[in-house]
Amino acid sequence: MKLNLKVWRQKNNKVKGAFKAYSVEASEDMSFLEMMDVLNEKLIADKEEPVAFEHDCREGICGSCNMVINGKPHGPQKGTTTCQLHMRHFKDGDDIVIEPFRAAAFPVIKDLVVDRSSFDSIIQAGGYISVNTGQAPDGNAIPIEKDLAGQAFDAATCIGCGACVAACPNGSAMLFTSAKISHLGLLPQGEVEHTKRVKNMVETMDKEGFGMCSNMGACEVECPKEISIENIARMNRSYIASVFGAAE
Amino acid sequence: MSLTGIFLITFLPVHLLGNLQLMASDGGELFNTYAYFMTNNPLIKFISYGLYFFIILHTVQGLMLAAKNRKAKGSKYMVNTYSNKSWSSNNMALLGILIFAFLCIHMGDFWFKMKFTNQLKTVSTYAGYEGIAIKDLYHRVSVAYDQLWIVIVYLVGLVALAFHLVHGFASAFQTLGLNHKKYTPIIKTLGLAYSILIPIGFAIIPIYMYFT
Repeated sequence: MKLNLKVWRQKNNKVKGAFKAYSVEASEDMSFLEMMDVLNEKLIADKEEPVAFEHDCREGICGSCNMVINGKPHGPQKGTTTCQLHMRHFKDGDDIVIEPFRAAAFPVIKDLVVDRSSFDSIIQAGGYISVNTGQAPDGNAIPIEKDLAGQAFDAATCIGCGACVAACPNGSAMLFTSAKISHLGLLPQGEVEHTKRVKNMVETMDKEGFGMCSNMGACEVECPKEISIENIARMNRSYIASVFGAAE
Repeated sequence: MSLTGIFLITFLPVHLLGNLQLMASDGGELFNTYAYFMTNNPLIKFISYGLYFFIILHTVQGLMLAAKNRKAKGSKYMVNTYSNKSWSSNNMALLGILIFAFLCIHMGDFWFKMKFTNQLKTVSTYAGYEGIAIKDLYHRVSVAYDQLWIVIVYLVGLVALAFHLVHGFASAFQTLGLNHKKYTPIIKTLGLAYSILIPIGFAIIPIYMYFT
């Protein structure tokens, strides 16, 4: 299948970028990243600079393969990362526009690669959970309600890719931050430092220059792990409680 | 945004119930005595100052939020598919500015003229209020609503209000962290009904007065 690509090319953070058109011959069995590999091999053979894009596991669990494909972070397939998106979802002769994730807190490093270290700062602000050192504890030593365990696990599926920020017209990181807060705070192991963690993570999120949530809900649609904005409400609740002095 | 918004939401039905008296066919006696009560009761006065304050606070907060969010987004996408973003949720600031402009016209026409000028005629023969010069706000309203362009301005303002409420009502609860598997769908349905019915209620008044 022949595809007409329009790819964002930007040398670095200091210069302005622009779209460049390429055509590429791909097979529908390829993943989207393999199609990009084909493009890059062609560019290298032509002595051109290959397109820089981030990738690591190619199994849909590392959250590296970030690009906006035809206006959607991780492309048109719901609940799928770019690496797990296959070319069979496109047709021969399709036009595909590929852009980097856009948000002020995610500056472009090169082409499709953005700097997501603002997410690392939020994670660092979350601190620790109190777990004793020594042998691994018995799996059933702390009884946890099935519902709670399920909710915490759903939140924990967040791979920190940043698609929520990319999809949000406000450039808000509240889905990411709330998922991280929920997966620790819902479980007894993480409950002890919950209030402090919420306060620190929310404040860091604001400091990093992310926007504010106005409840549009685009993030939960684009999230490759389908994390719900119920987590954002939970974070708001906990933040209000932390401001009004709930005991730690 | 959410707290001030909820306060403004509670104001609307009260305002609507009072204004429905405009449609009583008594030459404005019911409405004018009601307006007299509303402008002179100390408790209502206190609440109305709160209302003006919250309108301004909600506007300023909203504009600051829109500016901050625009800055946080930085550059725009070439292709934007607007997934799951209702039109109103994406245009709250624009709708808010439209509503604020409408409020300026609305208050300039009635509230300002009633409170700060002597343009309104007075009536002192209403039953129970004999001898008290009550401003004939009803007359001013009926003169305004006889002009087609004013009726259209009101309808545009109310459409903007309806779209603003479609997103705002349920959104206020989510911001306050009130999200629940069972109750959130109920809040959403209530919000939709509210944002359709209240503006329709308001819209009936100028349309009715224009045609009678």
